[in-house]
Formats: sequence, C-alpha cells, structure tokens
Amino acid sequence: MIGKWAPRTGAPRTGVDKFLTLLRVVAIGLIVVGLAAFIAQEINTDNAFARWANPDATGLSGAGFRGLVIAGISQGAMYGLIALGYSMVYGVLGFINFAHGEVFMMGAMTGWVTSTKLAEAGLWESNFVGSFVIVLFGSILVSTFLAVVMERVAYRPLRGAPRLIPLITSIGVSFFIQNMSIVLFGPATKSYPARPDWVKNKHTALQIEGDKIMVIAAAAVSMILLWYLVERTKVGKAMRAVAEDAEIAALMGINVNRTIVTVFAVGGAFAGIAGIMWGIDFGSVIGHTGFLPGIKAFSSAVVGGIGHLGGAMVGGLFIGIAEAVGPLLILEPLGVRGVSQLRDAVAFAMLIGVLLVRPSGIFGERLRAEDRT
Amino acid sequence: MNSGVAVLEIRDLTIDFGGLKALNSLNMEVYEGEIVSVIGPNGAGKTTLFNAISAMVPVTSGDIVFEGSSLLGLDPNQVTARGLARTFQNVRLFTNMTILENVMVAQHCRTRQGAIGALLNTRGFRSEEDQIRAQGEKVLGFFGSRLVGFRLNQPASVLSYANRRRLEIARAMATQPKLLLLDEPVAGMNPVESAELTRLIGRLRDEWDFTIVFIEHDMSVVRDVSDRVVVLNHGELLTEGDYADVSVDPRVIEAYLGQDTIIEDATAS
Amino acid sequence: MTATEMRPGTAPEPELAPPRRALDQNWRRLVRMGAVAALVEVFIALSGMPVRLDERPVIVSILSLGYVFIGAIPIVVGNRIGRQVRREGVPIHKAGGYELLAGTLAGAIAGAGLSVLVALLTHFDIREPLVNWSPQLLELLSFNRGTVFGVLIWLGIGAVGGFIGGGLRLLPARLRRTLLTMATTVVLISILEQLVADLVSGVRLESVADWFYGRRGGLTHSGAGVIAAIAGVASFFGRGRLKAARAHVQSLEGPARTRATSLMILLTAAVLIVVPMLVGSLTNELLANVGLFVLLALGLNIVVGLAGILDLGYVAFFAVGSYTAAVLTAATSPRINPEFPWFVALIFVVIVTGLVGLFIGAPVIRMRGDYLAIVTLGFGEIIRLLFLSDWLSGWFGGAQGITAIGGVEIFGITTVDGTNPRGVFYLVLVFCAIAIYVSWRLERSRLGRAWMAVREDETVAEAMGINTVNVKLLAFVVGAVLGSFSGAIFANKVGSVFPSSFLILVSMVILVVVIFGGMGSIVGVIAGAALLIGVLGGPKQPGLLAEFSEFKLLIYGALLVWMMLARPEGLIPSARRTRELHQEEFLQDAWLRGEVDTDDGDGNESEATERP
Repeated sequence: MIGKWAPRTGAPRTGVDKFLTLLRVVAIGLIVVGLAAFIAQEINTDNAFARWANPDATGLSGAGFRGLVIAGISQGAMYGLIALGYSMVYGVLGFINFAHGEVFMMGAMTGWVTSTKLAEAGLWESNFVGSFVIVLFGSILVSTFLAVVMERVAYRPLRGAPRLIPLITSIGVSFFIQNMSIVLFGPATKSYPARPDWVKNKHTALQIEGDKIMVIAAAAVSMILLWYLVERTKVGKAMRAVAEDAEIAALMGINVNRTIVTVFAVGGAFAGIAGIMWGIDFGSVIGHTGFLPGIKAFSSAVVGGIGHLGGAMVGGLFIGIAEAVGPLLILEPLGVRGVSQLRDAVAFAMLIGVLLVRPSGIFGERLRAEDRT
Repeated sequence: MNSGVAVLEIRDLTIDFGGLKALNSLNMEVYEGEIVSVIGPNGAGKTTLFNAISAMVPVTSGDIVFEGSSLLGLDPNQVTARGLARTFQNVRLFTNMTILENVMVAQHCRTRQGAIGALLNTRGFRSEEDQIRAQGEKVLGFFGSRLVGFRLNQPASVLSYANRRRLEIARAMATQPKLLLLDEPVAGMNPVESAELTRLIGRLRDEWDFTIVFIEHDMSVVRDVSDRVVVLNHGELLTEGDYADVSVDPRVIEAYLGQDTIIEDATAS
Repeated sequence: MTATEMRPGTAPEPELAPPRRALDQNWRRLVRMGAVAALVEVFIALSGMPVRLDERPVIVSILSLGYVFIGAIPIVVGNRIGRQVRREGVPIHKAGGYELLAGTLAGAIAGAGLSVLVALLTHFDIREPLVNWSPQLLELLSFNRGTVFGVLIWLGIGAVGGFIGGGLRLLPARLRRTLLTMATTVVLISILEQLVADLVSGVRLESVADWFYGRRGGLTHSGAGVIAAIAGVASFFGRGRLKAARAHVQSLEGPARTRATSLMILLTAAVLIVVPMLVGSLTNELLANVGLFVLLALGLNIVVGLAGILDLGYVAFFAVGSYTAAVLTAATSPRINPEFPWFVALIFVVIVTGLVGLFIGAPVIRMRGDYLAIVTLGFGEIIRLLFLSDWLSGWFGGAQGITAIGGVEIFGITTVDGTNPRGVFYLVLVFCAIAIYVSWRLERSRLGRAWMAVREDETVAEAMGINTVNVKLLAFVVGAVLGSFSGAIFANKVGSVFPSSFLILVSMVILVVVIFGGMGSIVGVIAGAALLIGVLGGPKQPGLLAEFSEFKLLIYGALLVWMMLARPEGLIPSARRTRELHQEEFLQDAWLRGEVDTDDGDGNESEATERP
C-alpha cells in the first residue's frame, strides 16, 4: 500500500526543498523573461526592453517561425513513435528499455540498405511509392525481429530481478547493437538515395514539405492502428491485463510471455516506422543515430505520462516543438549566442523540468500495480 | 498506569485517498506509559493511522500532536527523530544486512559522526561506534539468546518468521523512541510465541518505559496486555475503553459481524 | 562467520549415475546450441575481427589472435552442451560417449556456419552494406586454398573443436583444470606481451624477452612451450595449496588477520612502486590511463555500489574537474587565468565539483531509480553541450577547448605532465590510495550502513530515522569529488581539454568497469579497470590489444549483457551484493548448512542456544 514515501505538501523544510523551490522559480522566471523579451523584440527590436535583453536581437519572421514549428512537429511525431515502445515496455515490465533507440536506428539502417539496393535497380526513381512501401515493410520487419530477439535473449531471463538490473542490461544491449552496426556496416555516414522532388517541395497553404507531411501522416495512421489494437482486440486486452498485473493475468489464462513478446514486437514495429521516417526526412543514418532520439523519446514518454500511449505521442510533439522553438523563443531573446547548439540541452532541461514539476507526466502514469507509488 | 499526560494527540484527522476517506475526523489520545491497542475490522483504517502518524501518507486535514508539538509537515525520518518508531505489518527488514547491522543502522538519528570522523578515525568516531554496537547488542539481548551470539553477524534473511518480527521490534527499539507503534506484532505466530510476545510487550513498557500503541487482531493479546482499546470502523472512532467494556459493546460486535465469535470466546475464557 | 566452517553437514557430493547412451541425444537442444554458435561465428567473421586480429600472432606462424576467437567457439559450445544442471533428486551422469558425440556434432554445426559463409563469400558480393565481406576474409577462412578446402576445413575444425570440448568433460577435474590453465596462460602471456617484455627488459633480461617473443610479436614456439609447461606444473601441483593458503588467511582473526592484511597491502604497494621504474614510457602511459579509470571507477562505485544510485552522467564530474583545473592552471584559459599551482587549483576543483554535485544531485535524488539514471545522463550531456557551446566559449574555449595546460608541479621538485608518464602514474597512485581509503572507511561507518539501508529499502530506511535525501546526496557528492580528482589529473596530463573527451560514452565505460569488476567491491572495481582498460582500452585510450580498438565498445556491450545475465555480482564480488542478487540460492545454501533458523513451534529459547 505504501510504496515510496511522498514528501508532504506545506512549507519547505530541508535545504534540498528550498533549493528546488529556488530552481523552479528561476526556471519559470527565465521562461517568462525570455518570452517577454521575444515578444518585445517581435514588436520592435529597438524598444528599450528588447535592447536590454539582447542588443543584437533581430526578431523572427513569421515564415521562419512557422517553419520551425512544422519541423518541430514532424520531429516530435518521430519521437512519439519511438516513445510508444518505451511507454509500452515500461507499462508492462516496469523498466526502461534503453536499447529501444537502437531498434529505431536499425530500422533506419535497414531502410538505407533496401533503398540503396532499390535505387541501384532503378526502382527508387521510377516507382517511389512502391519502393517506399517495400522499404517501410523491410524496416518494420527487421526492427520487430530485433526487438523480439532482444526480449528473448536479454530480458526474459531477468524477469523479477531487482529493478535496475534489466536497465543496466539494456544499456549493454544498446551499446552492443550500436557498435554491431558500426562493425558490420562501417563507421561512415550512410546516405539515402535522392528523393523525388515532390517529397522535397512545399505543399498546401501552410507550406509544409512533403517529407514532413509523410512523417505526420505516418504517425497519425500508426496511432489509429495502435489505438485499435490496444482497445478493440483480444491481444490488446491481454496487453492491458498484463500491464495491470501479470500474475493475475496469468491466472486468468493469458499467455504472459506471448503478450510481452507482442508488446516488444509492436514497439519495435513503430520504431521501424520512425526509423524510415528519419531516413526520408534527414537523408542519412549512422550507428549513433539512435542514441539521442532514443533518450528524447523516453523523455517524451515520461512527459506524456509513462504507460499512457496517447500521452507518449503528445509528449513527443511537446519535446519536438520545444527543442525546435525553445532556444529561439527563450534563449536567443536573452542574448545567448549560438542557440541552435543548445537544442539537445533544451530537450534534456525539458525532461528535468517536467520531472521536477509533475513527475507523473501530463496525463498521469499508468504503471504495473507493484510500481505504483 | 497512565500519568495523565497525553503523549500523542490525534485531532480531527482525515485522510482522503482520492475520494475514499480512509480516516474521517478521528480523535484520540495516548497517555504516557500506556499500552493502547487499536482494533477494528479489515479496512477500518488502522494501518493508515500508523502511516499518517509516521508521516508516510499525506494528511488531508486535522493534526497529529506529539509531546505538545505538531508532526505535520515533517518527513518520516524527522518523526522518528522526535521519538516515534514503528514496525510494519508485512515485516520489512534490511534482509541482506546482518542482524547487528539492522539495529545499528536504526540508531542513525541518535548519532552524529559523519564522513569526516569516519575518514580520520577520530576518537569520537570510535567511541560512538562502540556505543552503537553496545546499544544494538543490548536491544537484541532483550529477546533472549535468539538474536545474539553467532546470529549477530548473519544476514537477517536467514531468520525465521517469528524472529524476523522480533528483530523488527528490536530495530524500532534501537531508534530510542518514546512511543512504539507496533503493526500486528504477533500476526502469523503460533499461540506459544504470541503469548511470549505479549509478555514482552508488557516488559517493554515496564522496563524500557515505552508508551505503546499496537494494532492487533488476536483478541487474547489485546485482552492480556492493553490498558485501553480503541475501536476503529470505516475510518471513524467507534468506541474506546477497557477491554471488558469494549468487548461487550454491541456496536463493536456488529462491526465485527461474523467475527463476533472471536470476541465471545475471548471473554468467556 | 567462522562458525560456519566448523559446522558439519555440507551437502555431500552426489553419487554419479552411469553415463548416458550416446544416441539418446536431446537433438533439439543440440541443433539450437549449434545454430546459435554458428551465428556467433558468422557474426564474428563479418565484424572483421579475424582479419584485423590476424595481424597479431599468439604463437609465431602457428596461431594468430584472429583464429583464436573463431577456433575457440566450437570448443566452448562442445563443452557447454554436455553440461548437466544439478537438481535435487536428479542424478548427475558420468561423462562418456554422449558428451563426445554431442560436442562433436554441435561443434560441427558451429563450424558449418563458417563453411556456408565461405561458400557465399565465393559466389556473392554484398560488400555494399557489409564492409567486411572482403576477399581477405575469404582468404583467411579458406586458408588460401580455395572454396572446397575452406568449406571442409571448417566442418573439420568445428567437429574436432567440439570433440575436444566434449572430451574435456571426460578428463579428471584436476587434469582438465591444468589443461585449461595452460591454454589460457599462453594466450594471456601473449596478450600481455608489451607489459611482460617491457618488464623483463627492465630487469636487464632482454635476451629472455627476445627468446620468448618473436620479432613481430607473438610467442616463439619454445617460449610457448616453456610457458605452457610452467603453467601446467604450477596448476597441477599448486592449486590446492593456493586455496589452502587463502582459507588459512581468511580463518585468521584479530591481530593475526590485521598483520596478514597489512602485509598484503605493503606487498601490493611495493609492486606498484617498483614496476613503473622497470618499464618504459609506453607501458607507464598505459598504467597511468588505467589508474585514471580506477580512480573514476572507485568514485562511481561509491554512488552505484554503496548507495545504489545509478548515475549515468558521471562523466559530468570528470569534465567539471578537468575544466576547473584547466581554467585555473592554464595561462591560455580564455576568460580567467589565475595560473594557480595545480595543488591550489585542486582545492577549487573539490569545491566546484562538490557544488555541481549538489546542484545536479538535489533535483534528481528523490526520483525513482530508473528516472534518475536517465536524468543524470541528461545532465551529463547538458554539461558537455555547455562546454561546447559558443555561448560559453568565452570562458571554456568552445570546441577548441583549452590547450597548453602546464603539468603538475610537485613542491618545486619536479613537474609531472604528459611527457613523464611515470610521474603521472605515481600521482594517480596517490589519489587512488586516497579513494580506496575513503571507500573503505566510509563503507564501515555509520554513513556506510545508512547507504546500505537506503539501497535495500528506502521507505523503511526513512522510517527508521535516516534522512535518505541527505545521505544519498552525500554519496553523490563524495563520488563526484573523487571523479573530479581524476579529471584534474587528466587535464594536466594530456595538457588540453576538449568537450569531445567527455562524451556520455565515458560514463558508460566506467559503468561497465564497475559492474564487470563487481559493484560495491573495491578489489573488484580495481581488477575490472585493470582488465578492461588495460587490455581492451578506454574510450580513447589504447590498451594492450591495440588491434582491438574498433571492437572494444562492441565487447563492452556484450560483456555488460553477459555479466548481468550470468554473474550480476561481478568478477570479484562483494559478499553483500552476491547475497542481494542471489538471495534464493544463498538461503538454500544456508539451509543446507543448517544456519536458517526455523520456528519449531514451541518458540523456546533452548533451541537457539544449543547452536555453537
């Protein structure tokens, strides 16, 4: 009944509490002042407040801002797709599958292999849509397979081990897969073949690039499929039951092992989709591609409320937009130079901020009975 | 027995778990040198009361006053430092630490030596270590020879169930509290063991000057050792008084409906 | 614990059942294990390891390290397949034809993997995605004698290797151990060539080194023979004695034990002081690198091993220590350059890292263990990104870092810098000694007990009066400060600091070292660092097996997974961690020894007192 003790609300007592309160105040203050300076600089770069905050401020054009938001959304959709895997595994097994980012990377890597082979055969240019479907399925297949093998080899023997043991194992798995791809495929950057023009051009009134539209559409379709799978099918019901309490689910005749494999497979498939989207959007992949997006995707899952699937996607969009827009919206107006270098720092600061203010995420976490606090 | 000085006062205590009122404006006092048992059917809020006193669940409203000052807003470790120690319903020992270490670590809030003392191996550090060890052995010695001797340096995980319960009480004693909260101290013990532990609870008060509050389902223990019985039901105080009065109270019997036989048996004997 | 040795009634060796019939194989298991081994073989071949390591001979002109790996796998699988699980009531069979057949077949399947690869290599070219799909690999695998020979030879090698592996089970235990010791010693001495040759030359015995090692590396035939013979004799006759000596030391008590321990410490110290004087600068450089990682690992061990906080951003403190030392000692530091002497700067390093530790620790310390891991990782990245950023480049030099940092001046006597690796090693040694002392004292103090309690059950620790937040924070800060020492030495040793030296990778490598060695075990952590960093190398530092540099991270990853699955307590575990991780087995053993006390119903005290 009582898990970890929760600090009581009320006046700050210890030094740590006071420090944390100070930290929260400073963080909120920074955001407010940064935003205010941004608005001031947008109105007129010459007003006194704007000058004080950043004498070199140039403001941001409307089109530039829109471009950033769209890039953020498409990036966030990828994070969301990867985050689903983290969220599902955490919900069911209660540990962070650190290696999930590498499943995503291997998806992108497979996409590179298949797309270059298709390009050599001349199909990539002549029939892009058909090739894309083949590439997509290839990646989904490999990522799913990898996730399932990972579960079987590394995680299944550790069921019921102390909580940090599977996490450490998954760090090892991540290390291994990352370097496996480097020794097998070489350390060089892998470039996808050139994409047709309509993918690169901007469409609709909002001037969205074709690849961004593809990413957002793929994320939307995936979410609908996942919702259907989890809420409307027998497999989904089994997943929810195992997530609630694996032991009782087993007593009710649910094959827990198979359900957990399904969870890994589904998470792997979405990571594969995200991998292809990454390849199409950025055009290249290397062995380290999976690391940072993986961590950010996990952050997304936490931000949305771990175990909550819709939350994972919302969290992904949140992190994606925040890291695209945040530096220019808050740091640049304050006179920080070279803000684009701090994108990743902003994403991590986001995670820390959310965990400080609301550790259970936006939608509240859904955990196994034994993990609940 | 009781000196008339309230050690612990619970005032209008309400604990709300998202709409479910585990405790509802509960009022009770515990006087110095008393042994009070808290009884009530399952889900009456007994353990929640202990958790609230030891600051492990947040209090919705009301106040908990210990020796004249409120415990609200304190962390569990600060509550323990004030002189309140508890055991757990489902024994929670540090199973991989040795038996001696279990009682040594419990003296943390009564001792001061930090990293510097340990690094320099100062005289203060050494004498404090000796004291901690001596106090630990003294506390363990209270339970006879079961927890001392060659057992001292064995991990707690090898202990039998009953000895785990004893060690848990020893660990609570080692924090040098004024008030001991025992959550079902004899649960799962056989009649001989529980009779022995009942005697020990009496000795804890007489020899160690603890005031004791304990939750118990075993009515013979309640009858034998408690000065006063507090009955909880649905998070509210049903009645309180000495055992003879409470056990024949029709409201209590009704609350225990289906379990009333236990009470009758106990009074008959 | 001395009482346990006197106790009779340890589980008796079960009597062996007659051997199983050779044809009663568990075919599915055989094929599965063989197939897994075959996959591993193919993966190793395609990873490029054999080709790259072929340049490194183990025994001149007979065996290269490249073949050791692919050749050892059939032996291993052939041996593993004959393993019998000890279960209560299930007899253990004597080894016989069953093991030989199973081993041969499994080994042959493993070898067949390479045979298939040889065939495919000849007929297809998929070098496009797989960079190691090369003619050199084909040459190596077919011994330059064509496809057919290649296919057949690997079937043969697999079968023979499997046969040997299975056959090992038929040998008496003593002989088996001797053979294994001989084989591993030869490989080990060959791997340690640089160190051994350097050491032997250091005591003016160059001729011996020349006789042992061939001109282009690897043992000479006679050298290998002599080493194998010595190892064999030592193992065959010495093993029991070594064990007895250890048991004797462990059974000592009181002053005798203290004396034995002090003697050991003195001996180790003497070796560590004398060896660097005998070896050249290359080896000293290696020793200094190992020392830096030992220091880092000891620091992380306090955080992870003692307090149970999984800190994945430990590199942050290494970075902060390095940059603080660099800024305070270097004349070239962009903004502030007080050019303090190193030891003065060290005081500030401790203060700054302590504060950074508090700053990072305070927000994360209340989080759930796994969230804490990710958030510390985030902090580690943030710190590096800040050092890298243009924003702070006015202070820390951005991507260009800070260069031309002076060495460590020791009381005006000598200056220790990168050109003097021996001096660096001694400096590191002093700080390692400090770190060991700190870990050792703290573990056995009030604070150490509190860390243990927090690691076991935080809620209960809190309820027993331990301020868990402060206690954990203290562990975090102590670990941070120890890590910063390593950073400060690193900055002045290398003479420059760049953000790229402080990748998260460094954190991960230190974590692997701690876990491989044994969380919470000081000796284990040191051994782990020596083995991994010394032999395979650190994130950027080469080890003895420089040929391995491309594969070391791969091996670290595999090692971490394997350790967690097979031996989570590490190489040289601390007794307590072993108990935590194997509680059930521990209890079973204790029960067999009659140490678990049971409620005999009457609850009387005499039962307990009768025990010795």
